[in-house]
Amino acid sequence: MAEMSAMNRKLIQNLAETLSKQVKHFNKTEAECLIRLFNGLLGDQSDRRVGNGLDRGKFRNILHNTFGMTDDMIMDRVFRAFDKDNDSYVSVKEWIEGLSIFLRGTLDEKIKYCFDVYDLNGDGYISREEMFHMLKNSLIRQPTEEDPDEGIKDLVEITLKKMDHDHDSRLSYADFEKAVRDENLLLEAFGTCLPDAKVTIEVKIVKTV
Amino acid sequence: MGVALTRAAQWTTASSGTGKLEITPVNESLLKEILEFVEQFSSRHPQEAKHVFKEPLQWTTSLEASDFKTEYDISGPAVKSQETDRDGHPMLQLTPPSISVHSFSQLSKIVQLATDKKLKEVRACLEGKPCQPQNETLHPICILNSQSCILPISHRHHLFVLLQLDTQLLSNSLKQISQEVRLSPAAVKNDVELLKSFCSEGEKRVLTSVQYTSDYEFTNGCRTPPWRQVHGEICYLVIKPCDTQPLHITCSTAGVFLNGENAYDRTSDVYRDLVTLLKSKSPHFAENINKQDFAVQEEPPTQKVQHVELVDAEEQGQPQRSYEHQEKNVHEKARQQLVQNKPGGKKKLEPSLKWKNLGLASPYDEADDKKSKKNAVSEKFAEAQEKMQKKADVSVSSLPGRQSSNKTKTPGGVGGADDFSESSSESEEDEEQPERRTESNTDLPSEYWQIQKLVKYLKGGNQTATVIALCSMRDFNLAQETCQLAIRDVGGLEVLINLLDTEEIKCKIGSLKILKEISRNSQIRRAIADLGGLQTMVKILDSPDKDLKYLAAETIANVAKFRRARRTVRQHGGIMRLVELLDCVPDSAALTEEQEKDVEVARCGALALWSCSKSTRNKEAIRKAGGIPLLARLLKSPHENMLIPVVGTLQECASERSYRIAIQTEGMIEDLVKNLNCDNHELQMHCASAIFKCAEDKRTRDLVRQCEGLQPLVTLLSQADNKQLLAATTGAIWKCSISMENVDYKALETLVGLLTDQPEEVLVNVVGALGEGAQKPANRATIRKCGGIQPLVNLLTGTNQALLVNVTKAVGACATELENMTIIDRLDGVRLLWSLLKNPNPDVQASAAWAICPCIENAKDSGEMVRSFVGGLELIVNLLKSTNKEVLASVCAAIAKIAKDEENLAVITDHGVVPMLAKLTNTLLLGMMGSTDEVLQEAAAGCVANIRRLALANEKARYG
Repeated sequence: MAEMSAMNRKLIQNLAETLSKQVKHFNKTEAECLIRLFNGLLGDQSDRRVGNGLDRGKFRNILHNTFGMTDDMIMDRVFRAFDKDNDSYVSVKEWIEGLSIFLRGTLDEKIKYCFDVYDLNGDGYISREEMFHMLKNSLIRQPTEEDPDEGIKDLVEITLKKMDHDHDSRLSYADFEKAVRDENLLLEAFGTCLPDAKVTIEVKIVKTV
Repeated sequence: MGVALTRAAQWTTASSGTGKLEITPVNESLLKEILEFVEQFSSRHPQEAKHVFKEPLQWTTSLEASDFKTEYDISGPAVKSQETDRDGHPMLQLTPPSISVHSFSQLSKIVQLATDKKLKEVRACLEGKPCQPQNETLHPICILNSQSCILPISHRHHLFVLLQLDTQLLSNSLKQISQEVRLSPAAVKNDVELLKSFCSEGEKRVLTSVQYTSDYEFTNGCRTPPWRQVHGEICYLVIKPCDTQPLHITCSTAGVFLNGENAYDRTSDVYRDLVTLLKSKSPHFAENINKQDFAVQEEPPTQKVQHVELVDAEEQGQPQRSYEHQEKNVHEKARQQLVQNKPGGKKKLEPSLKWKNLGLASPYDEADDKKSKKNAVSEKFAEAQEKMQKKADVSVSSLPGRQSSNKTKTPGGVGGADDFSESSSESEEDEEQPERRTESNTDLPSEYWQIQKLVKYLKGGNQTATVIALCSMRDFNLAQETCQLAIRDVGGLEVLINLLDTEEIKCKIGSLKILKEISRNSQIRRAIADLGGLQTMVKILDSPDKDLKYLAAETIANVAKFRRARRTVRQHGGIMRLVELLDCVPDSAALTEEQEKDVEVARCGALALWSCSKSTRNKEAIRKAGGIPLLARLLKSPHENMLIPVVGTLQECASERSYRIAIQTEGMIEDLVKNLNCDNHELQMHCASAIFKCAEDKRTRDLVRQCEGLQPLVTLLSQADNKQLLAATTGAIWKCSISMENVDYKALETLVGLLTDQPEEVLVNVVGALGEGAQKPANRATIRKCGGIQPLVNLLTGTNQALLVNVTKAVGACATELENMTIIDRLDGVRLLWSLLKNPNPDVQASAAWAICPCIENAKDSGEMVRSFVGGLELIVNLLKSTNKEVLASVCAAIAKIAKDEENLAVITDHGVVPMLAKLTNTLLLGMMGSTDEVLQEAAAGCVANIRRLALANEKARYG
């Protein structure tokens, strides 16, 4: 057993070494910590198959419990953003890569990441429809109103007015980037997809302990 | 006069054909004004007074033939004036009880004749019947109004005299008018409720019905559409009297009037209130209203009282309404009772609450409404959006708590002795604010609606929608008052402040970014303080997020521009937290992103402390919190935007001795001097002000010199266009000049050049500096050579007391030089100095008396000169009756000089100088001789010597 764990430790250290070179923002020790965390999370997974990783449900639980996310659709999109090879599992490498943006990402990296999350169909633009879809639960609907969606539609128009710099009624990456640079608050314009600052600090503390 | 009379004077209903002036305070004062005008007319404007009116003024008089004396032909009861016009018609004709007058001079005479009946006559004159009833324009008011009637065309230009009176009357009565005529939604509502109670069936029925045209009441109590609200219109009513057609009435802040039913146009006169209007329009109402059991008939005369109560009514009105459908909030009730229980006197201290309730009580109803609405739909949201809604929930439920905590902070509440602890140096930038927005914008701009919509999204959105709405709101021009007040009017401030209490950092940041901008408006500042925003922002200062920290500090800096806000910041531990923000290392050359944020946090902390430091207790609190060394460290920052708030705070605090010592001992003078050399005028100004305040101390003056601070100060004198900077610079030079080493030729030359065409705050300092400089003989010659004597003497005729104290000192110092004295003498400077002895300010008296001493000593034939001042000796002897020691000392010194001339000695002896001095000797002089002030000692001793000499002289005269 001790031999196993010693070998395991060796493996993890090697993996951490490799990953810390491939992924930005984490040093070897940190990468090692995150790998252990990953393995810990994976350990609970009943259907454990080597080579895969965190499945959608598991990952969503983490997003909800650790990072305080609530919006189902956005959490799905975050999973997609993490799962770069689209195999429906977040591998250990994808995990570390994703977390590097989550926890340590520069503004540029975060802009790119958020845009990917919000570009639901992956066509390189956030369209009116996509915005509407993402914002549709963001307002308390007044039952008295004739068109309960009126507020949401208006919100979409407000957002376009604010962010659509080339006036083509959709947000290109350039539009999005410029808008966020002008006003950082717009980074998560269409729903929370990053841990908030408070969580980031907590995670840091957890890691150092 | 026409305008004032038709608008301001309160006339009884014109139904009987003739207007009667009501007996009201406004009319009373108007009448007095007119009376005074008429009385003085012939003496002030003799030429105009002689002009013959085209039509005479006629009225029913109470004067009788016996009242008239010379210049009048009396035949029985009839009287004619001897003065006639060119055609031989008498200018005045009395056939009791009617009198007619053709000119202002006669009018003046009548008023003088009428003695104690003056007011009555003027009133009767103004009320006088039109002499030709078919011609309306000949009503006396109209005569006074339409100028062509009263004076021949060629003399119209003289009418400015009348127009002047009109302006004067209007401005005098404006205060009262604005107090009394303006209505508020609550007042109208009260009236309507009252009138509705008169609509009952049966004998007592006074009105058939009273109805609003709109059932919807805006949260500010108005029922008119917002674009009419900006015209001050409160609501529209349809009132059916028993005896006439339905009346369509507009109630506005200016009064009530009939409207064109389907149009907004006014179709009647403006009445003060509904009852007055109804009395004039419905005889049945007028007749029966007095029979009511209610004390309605007392209303017009007691209107003032009613308005005082208004505040009360409004305070209670709003919350009560929300209780009709929401009874849960116990807090609220407690608050309400608290307000009710407050003694009446304190209520006057709360002017802000009045408008608060007009504009701000709104969210109450909305919040409560929303809550109930939300309960209905909450199940739908409960599960899926539980977390998401946390924010919205907080924003609703935190309201009552916020309000209840707020109540303790209203003026007259807990503050107690604290209220008066503020430093005298502070200027109360915005204690008062206009209650309503200026009605310059005739239509509500589209921004108003867009902002209203955004506030709606803020109220009912999750974090994402809230952030979008906040960012979009920032795209409006928040520097514009329309937008600022739009946010407030639709309850946006409450939402923004409640957002600060949530956990959502982005919402807090977005909200602060808006609050930071709109808090430049003084009304918004007050509203933020009223809503408890400062307490929340002080708490945010503890946040680990640096963006939040600096935004909160910057907003506090904007809000804490008035005393109550500054106190709130202190009482909630804000000063300590703000001081903590200052702790950063600013001087490393290349800063990381994080360090830059630290610097920004420190800068905003300094900004907030700057605002807070206008209150004495806050200065003390900053010091106790360890702020001084941190400020000293930041003073070494290379960034101007950091230095300005830091030096601003320091110079504000330098009014306290502890700070002056610290500035001197912690080496801050060096940094202040260094920054005098920067090219930012604002920073230079604050540095100079700090030096001005500190340089009363000799060590500080020496430090300024050692740091080579004098040269830059003198160089700054060339910035003559920036008067604030010039005032600060000259102030610093003045105080530094107290040390002789600090005065040089070039500085004096420049200062002399600044003796003319400068504002008083600059002149005080310039003259002060010259006065200090002139203590040294060489400098006195310099001032003369630069041509400084004449402008100095010219300034002796001014009125600014601080300036006079300095000018007399400077002139006195110059007068010690014979050559200077010749010039002063030539310019009659001694006479000017002497006349300043009559100044009511003892400081000026004393300073003038001190200045007189060297003048008498150095002037040629000074004895003769002194005697030439009529009543001059008596004047100065009488100053010995003063109770001010400095005055006594200076006057004694002057008398000592005067007494050297024997003739003058005789004169002042006649004026009883000996017993007066003897009395002083017993009480004061002996004390003065024992004082530590050398000058005072010397003067007192000189005086005693004089008394002795005087007594001897007297004796010699008597026995020798």
